[in-house]
Amino acid sequence: MSTQTEETVDDYKAFNTDEVDTFQPTRKVTLKTFRFNAETDYLPYYKHYEMEVGKDELILDLLNRIKWEHDGSFSYRRSCRHGICGACAIKVNGKATLACKQNALELIDLFGEELVIEPSSKKRAIKDMIIDKADFWAKHAAVKPYVVADVVARPEHETKQSIAEFNNFLDSDLCIQCGACHYSCPALEVNDAFLGPAALNAAYRFTVDTRDEAGDERLAITAQMGSGVWDCVKCFECAEACPKDINPIEKIGKLHNLQFVRGVAESNVATRHAEGFLRGMKKTGYLDEADIVTYSEGYLGMYKHLGTAMRMMKVGKIHWHSGIPFINSIPKIKNLDEVQKLIEIAQTHKL
Amino acid sequence: MSEQLHYALFTGCTAKQSTPELLSSTLAVADKLGIKITILEEASCCGASHLQDFDEFLAHVLNARNICYAEKLGLTMITICNTCQLNSAMTKHALDKDPELKARVNEKLAEVGLEYKGTSEIKHFLYTLIDEYGIDNIKDKVEVPLSHLNIAPFYGCHNIRPSELHEDANGGENPYNPTSLDRLIVALEGNPVNYESKNKCCGFHVELQANHTSEVLAGNALLDAVDNGAEMMVTPCPLCHLKMDTYQDSIGEVMGRDVELPVLHMPQMVALALGCSEKEIGLNFHVQKAKHLYTEAS
Repeated sequence: MSTQTEETVDDYKAFNTDEVDTFQPTRKVTLKTFRFNAETDYLPYYKHYEMEVGKDELILDLLNRIKWEHDGSFSYRRSCRHGICGACAIKVNGKATLACKQNALELIDLFGEELVIEPSSKKRAIKDMIIDKADFWAKHAAVKPYVVADVVARPEHETKQSIAEFNNFLDSDLCIQCGACHYSCPALEVNDAFLGPAALNAAYRFTVDTRDEAGDERLAITAQMGSGVWDCVKCFECAEACPKDINPIEKIGKLHNLQFVRGVAESNVATRHAEGFLRGMKKTGYLDEADIVTYSEGYLGMYKHLGTAMRMMKVGKIHWHSGIPFINSIPKIKNLDEVQKLIEIAQTHKL
Repeated sequence: MSEQLHYALFTGCTAKQSTPELLSSTLAVADKLGIKITILEEASCCGASHLQDFDEFLAHVLNARNICYAEKLGLTMITICNTCQLNSAMTKHALDKDPELKARVNEKLAEVGLEYKGTSEIKHFLYTLIDEYGIDNIKDKVEVPLSHLNIAPFYGCHNIRPSELHEDANGGENPYNPTSLDRLIVALEGNPVNYESKNKCCGFHVELQANHTSEVLAGNALLDAVDNGAEMMVTPCPLCHLKMDTYQDSIGEVMGRDVELPVLHMPQMVALALGCSEKEIGLNFHVQKAKHLYTEAS
C-alpha cells in the first residue's frame, strides 16, 4: 500500500512539474491596429500595441484594453457582449471576426503573435473600427425583409405554421446583421450593385415563410442580372465568415433553385449556363465546354469569346471542331445510358 | 510505405477536354511515386455547382452515381479539381446525414442497378499526396529541385471553403491561413511566395454572367502574386487555372496593366520536380507561355 501511495505522490509531482513547465499564463501579442479618423486623417495608418493575452480573453477584451490602457481615442462599436447585437464585427488578419465571440489565443495559434486588427471594410471606415454600413442597410431594405401579407385586424384563428415549414427558414432567421459576410464577399468588393449574402439570406428567409405573399416579387428582385443571385462567385467566403453558422451561400443556392421550382426563371446567360450542363451530359456524360458557352451566350454573344477561343485553339486546349455537333472530339463516359436514364427520371425542373 | 496506395480517380470534365496536361501530369506523378490509379471512366460531370443551381436533386443523383463506382472498387475517390471535390463531397455529406434523401436518391439509382452506400472517402489528390503519401516521402523523390523558382500558391476556394465540409478530407486546413501548397512547394525545394490573395476567389464561376467581376478577381490575384515576386503560380484547381491562364490578355486590359504569369496545375509542379518528361508535364498546352519552366528546371 505504501508503494502505491508513493507512486501516486510521484505521479502528482510529475504532473505538476509538467504543468509548471508548459503552463503559459499569458502570451505576448502585438496588435497591428488600423487607425483612421475620416474628419482629420488623409490616409489610414497602423499603430502597434503590445500586450500579454490570457487564455480567456476575447478579441473584444483586447479592443477594450487598447482603449483603456493605451489610447482613449480608439473607437469601435460594442454593445451586447454575447454575440447577438452584431455591433462588434471586425476583421483580424483578414478573417471576419465577431470580437465578443472570438477567443484571442485561438487566433494567435492560427496567425502567430502579430494580429492585424482592421475594420470589416477598410474603404468604408469612418473612425478606426467603425464603418459606414449604409450600403448594407440599403441592400437589406431592397429585398423587402419582412412578411408581406394582408393582416386581418380581428382574425378568427391564429396563423398556423408546421414545424417543417418553420424549419425552412429557422437558421436564416438567426442573422444578427453584423455584416461579417457582406464585407467578406469578393463579388461585392468589385461590384457595388451586388446585393450580397446578407440581403440575399434575408430575401430567402421571407420568401419561404408560408405567411408571406411577396415571394415572386422577391425572386424577381434577387434574379436581376448585375445585382442578384447570379452574380455570386461561389467562393463560400460568406459561409466561413458568418458567426451564427447561417451559411448564406446555401440560401443563395436555394434562391437559384426557387426560380426554377416556381417557374419564374427567365432565360438568360446565367440560367442557360445552369441548365445547359445537361446538354453535354446527355450526349457524352461530360460538360461540353464549347457548347456551354455557345448555348449560354447565344451565337451573337459568342464574339466576346473569340479571342480567348483562338488563343486556346492555338495551344491545343480546344479544337477547331469543338462545339460542332457530330464531329466534336469529346470522349464519352462508360455506361452513358445510365446518366441519360437518370436525367430522364430524376430531373425535377425545366427552364 | 508497406502497402501500395491505390485510388479511384475522378478526372472531371476539364482534364478530359481543355486541360489534358492536368491528367497526363497527374498520372505521371502517381507513376513516379508508385501510386496506383484506376480511372473512373464511368464518372460523369459533377455539375460544377451550376447544375446544382438548376436542379439540386438531380445533381445529387448524378454525383452519387459517380461515388458508387469508387465504392464498387472499395477505393477512396480522388479528385483533381477543387469544384469536383466540393460537389462530390457535398453530395456525400448530404446523403450520409439525411437517410431520407439517401433513400430517395437510391430509389433513382436502383433503376440503373446502383446503390450509394457511403463507404468511400473523397479526397483531392493534393491532400492524398501530402497526408497519405507523405510530404517527407515526396521530398526524398525530388530529382530536379525547384530552388530557382518563386512560386505563388493559389489554393482555390472549393478545397478550403466551407471548412466544415472539407475538414475530414483536407487535413483540417484553415481557409484563412492554408499551408498545404506552401509546404508542398518547400518540399520540392521551391520558394513559396507569400501574398494576400492566395486563398481568394479567381472569379471563374461568373466568367459568363458577370465578366467584369470575374476579370477583376483574377487580375487582383495574379497581380498580387507578381508584385510579391512570383515567377509562376500553382493551383490544385483546373478551373482556377483556366481563368488565370487563358484570360491574361483580357484581364490585363481590364486591370490596365499587362499580366504575364505562368499558372501551373499542382501535379505539373510536382512532375517538374520529380523529373517527369516534358510531354507528360504538357506545358505546351498553356496559353501563357510556360515551356521555359521545364527547360530551366532541367
